[in-house]
Amino acid sequence: MIDTEGLTKKFGELTAVDRLTIHVDEGEIFGLLGPNGAGKTTTVRMLCSLISKTGGSARVAGYDVGNQADSLKIRGLIGFVPDNVGLYEALTAYDNLDFYGKLHSTPEARRKENIERFLKMLGLWEKKDDDVSTFSKGMKQKLALARALIHDPKVLFLDEPTANLDPEAAKTVRDFILELKGEGRTIFLNTHNLDEAQRICDRIGILNTSLRALGTPEELERTVKGRATVVQLEQVTEPILDALHGLSLGEVSVERNKVTISLADPEKQNATVMDAIFRAGGRVRSVNVVGSTLEEAYLKLVREKEEK
Amino acid sequence: MRLSISWIVASKDFKTFRRKRNLMYSIFILPVLVSALLPAVTNLMVQRASDHSAALTRLTLILPAFTFFYMILAGVIPAAIASYTIVGEKVERTLEPLLATPTTDSEILFGKGISAFVPSVSAVLAGSVIFMVLTDLITHGTLGYYYFPNWNAAIIFLLAVPLTVIMSVEWNVIVSARATDVRVAQQIGMLVIAPLAGIYVLGEINMVNLSDAGNLLIVAAVILLVDVLLFSLTRATFRREEILTKWK
Ligand SMILES: Nc1ncnc2c1ncn2[C@@H]1O[C@H](COP(=O)(O)OP(=O)(O)O)[C@@H](O)[C@H]1O
Ligand SMILES: [Mg+2]
Repeated sequence: MIDTEGLTKKFGELTAVDRLTIHVDEGEIFGLLGPNGAGKTTTVRMLCSLISKTGGSARVAGYDVGNQADSLKIRGLIGFVPDNVGLYEALTAYDNLDFYGKLHSTPEARRKENIERFLKMLGLWEKKDDDVSTFSKGMKQKLALARALIHDPKVLFLDEPTANLDPEAAKTVRDFILELKGEGRTIFLNTHNLDEAQRICDRIGILNTSLRALGTPEELERTVKGRATVVQLEQVTEPILDALHGLSLGEVSVERNKVTISLADPEKQNATVMDAIFRAGGRVRSVNVVGSTLEEAYLKLVREKEEK
Repeated sequence: MRLSISWIVASKDFKTFRRKRNLMYSIFILPVLVSALLPAVTNLMVQRASDHSAALTRLTLILPAFTFFYMILAGVIPAAIASYTIVGEKVERTLEPLLATPTTDSEILFGKGISAFVPSVSAVLAGSVIFMVLTDLITHGTLGYYYFPNWNAAIIFLLAVPLTVIMSVEWNVIVSARATDVRVAQQIGMLVIAPLAGIYVLGEINMVNLSDAGNLLIVAAVILLVDVLLFSLTRATFRREEILTKWK
């Protein structure tokens, strides 16, 4: 449904998105996860054919992103909720949706049906004649979701739909997204919230200008979840650290008398590590094997410098 | 380009205008004030004139000039509304979802043009009616006939005023695209009236004959030309990508 191949966007000197290659299947929730400034918004804007790409290629629902004629078709097939919802505050909820339905040339009967259906699903039907200026943040976010659905789009692009929402409103929005997936829609979700991505996405791409990892939440957990052995010593000395570095098993970090060695397989490698410490004259107080959380792994991935 | 889409955009703006009472007041108040003020000045001139022929001479000079003054109004009025409909959407961040719909830049731009044009022309023309009626009442005794309506007024109100409103809307779209502040946009937007004010002054001091229909048609033709030129400039300013990435 969405395919990109080396998709790139440069703003002058600055590369916002670097050679992004992803593939999103029909009916899938794909999460693009990354910190602020990672290029998530830029990616979605390119895919919605709002801004041009500067390199690579992309297709949405079979249409060519960047092709003048196709961009109208793409915008007709997709629903988009930008990071700033951008509702007309001086109009009622109903009029906001009706306006967008008209812009999409949705037939009147279908428009009315969809407005009622989505406002009811989101618990906003009673408020349909209220000005949007009276709405809470959560209500506005929900209304923006309804607006993006008014023309029965096949693909939905959601740019951080739960950012700035209180936990309860965020949960309603997430549940609604899952409900939409149940209707067979393809959903492309930008988020900086790892927990959210893990909970609702079928697959996640971790982005920080370039793609750092890609897979199902389980796959990511398996590949990126690092483990480490933590050794409490009576004293950390230079020879010990030299010996540990000499092993080249993984990253070594020191915190007072505690040495942490990242290991791929601690159970197998601990013996070698202990050996090295004893030979360097170290006296061990305790040894622990810890697993880093997915969060730590994610942060590490995101911070890693571009590898050539 | 589908005009129906432009009309949808304009209708949406009309709906928001109904909620923005202050904006509507600010558009209508100036033409109404001016239309009361100009006949008052006319009245004063007639009464202060030493004799009948002096009054006649003054009237033949100021009435064409006052009629022409409505072109300046037509240049001023759209500034408030065009900067509101465009800078307003930019500030409220409503442009991005709008641009994500299957509409072309021209359709949106044209819709914005209509939504600024309709109330502006209505306000100026409403003022012109008040002006013509009051002026006729005041001058009938001196002139012995009703000065309005006349061909020159028709050229100005029905041809030159709409053309000037279009020019002003276009100019204000270009300015709005660059401005972040509605007020600043309005002020720079006002610059459009400078040449018209120049002609008005020349008329007042009798350097340009504003009661000559030929002259008025020339002015209208020049404005039409400017309309066409500004149109392509406006088109170039209003591009999706630039609105999203450069309009700050
Ligand atoms: N219009 C623009 N002009 C210049 N740089 C931009 C523009 N938009 C975004 N950027 C830069 O591109 C990078 C990615 O931004 P963005 O896509 O908004 O990230 P995210 O949505 O992941 O927070 C950032 O460094 C940002 O400063
Ligand atoms: Mg963003």
